[in-house]
Amino acid sequence: MLGQCIQQALVHWGGWDEKKAGDPTVAILIILSVLLTSLGVYDKFGQWAGAGSAVPVTGFANSMASAAIESRSEGLVLGVGNNMFKLAGCVIVFGTTAAFVVAIIRLLVCGG
Amino acid sequence: MLKGHQSWKFHRKPVIAGTATVVGPFEGRGPLANDFDIVHGDSLVGQDSWEQAEQTYLEEAAKLAIRNAGLTNDQVQFYVGGDLMNQITSSSYTARTLTIPYLGVFGACSTSMESLAVASYLVSTGGAKYALAATCSHNSSSEKQFRYPTEYGSQKPPTAQYTVTGAGAAVVAEAGAGPVVAAATIGRIVDMGIKDPFNMGAAMAPAAVDTITAHFRDLGVGPDHYDLIVTGDLAKVGYEIACDLFEKHRIPMHKTRFRDCGMMIYDYGKQMVQAGGSGCACSAVVTYGHILKKLRKQELRRVLVVATGALLSPLAVQQGESIPCIAHAVAIEAPQAAAD
Repeated sequence: MLGQCIQQALVHWGGWDEKKAGDPTVAILIILSVLLTSLGVYDKFGQWAGAGSAVPVTGFANSMASAAIESRSEGLVLGVGNNMFKLAGCVIVFGTTAAFVVAIIRLLVCGG
Repeated sequence: MLKGHQSWKFHRKPVIAGTATVVGPFEGRGPLANDFDIVHGDSLVGQDSWEQAEQTYLEEAAKLAIRNAGLTNDQVQFYVGGDLMNQITSSSYTARTLTIPYLGVFGACSTSMESLAVASYLVSTGGAKYALAATCSHNSSSEKQFRYPTEYGSQKPPTAQYTVTGAGAAVVAEAGAGPVVAAATIGRIVDMGIKDPFNMGAAMAPAAVDTITAHFRDLGVGPDHYDLIVTGDLAKVGYEIACDLFEKHRIPMHKTRFRDCGMMIYDYGKQMVQAGGSGCACSAVVTYGHILKKLRKQELRRVLVVATGALLSPLAVQQGESIPCIAHAVAIEAPQAAAD
């Protein structure tokens, strides 16, 4: 819903058309999520909002930002670099795998 | 000395000569705030990492307990301690600072009473004149190690518990003034097959009941022997299960006051802690802060503290293992009650 508001605002005031406003909307949501995470507010918001905060792109951004902040004490390369995808890694692995499988099914069923 | 199957009854009762408790800002907003020696306004206490902060809490508590007992570091023979960090680093690094000969123990959240029982045994048998028992935990370092990054916005179930940030330490002496340790019961592992790390109260409750029952059997006493029996960190969920189990085993717990440290330390109305408090520091700061104060003032005469621990590791949980649990009980008496 928040995303929809941002998108509508961009269409109204930013002069974007509905289709093009999608990308900057996602970018704003990501920035907002990372900002709230670094301010230490997102975890409290998450307890209240539940799946609403976790499912969209904001949850993904939060999982990466929180893991990065947490592992700062272990160094930039081995700490932040290694642990950033600690929670988000599985989303990427299974997201890619699922996309691959769906693409093959589509190829077989629809014949490309 | 050995009494029954798994208990020690101390004939030369070791004296708790000095204690100290240090807690974080969140615990400082709880109902027991006035019972703690130091309440920090910053949970990171000016350190670079949560782990270093946890160690700082422990160092402060240990040094203050030694000072409160009127001693210096070199007069204390042994330091018995443990914590929740991997390889109990908080305790080992504190031992490096204190330079007191060190015995590391691990009983997860039961470490507070495990270390006090071992220290009391050492002193009672003449193995030491003074022994220090101390433990600590930190909410953020525990979240990081056992759950998710602290800023990760996951939703916690109502059975989850909030790890207490703080440290508690006690100096046990051969003689002197103060509350005494009368007996201790070492628990055995009880595992009822619970695999949910967000429901540790339910996993630990049977262990607490097992140790309390064993304590009564070994020492030939009933619940009415104590003014107060407290469990470490069962919190709401585990506490209710323990009450049900006592009723099933027909143990008349209504003859005493039965409480839980995890339910005493926070204000459920104002603080979002789900089921209640947990962590090594939970039973340590409530016992060494709140309960010992009441024993010194003779408001309580005999107390049985039963610290409960869930001996899980994130790796074991991921591999589908259930959670083995343990509870250690220590009976502490006011000076007057001990003389009777």
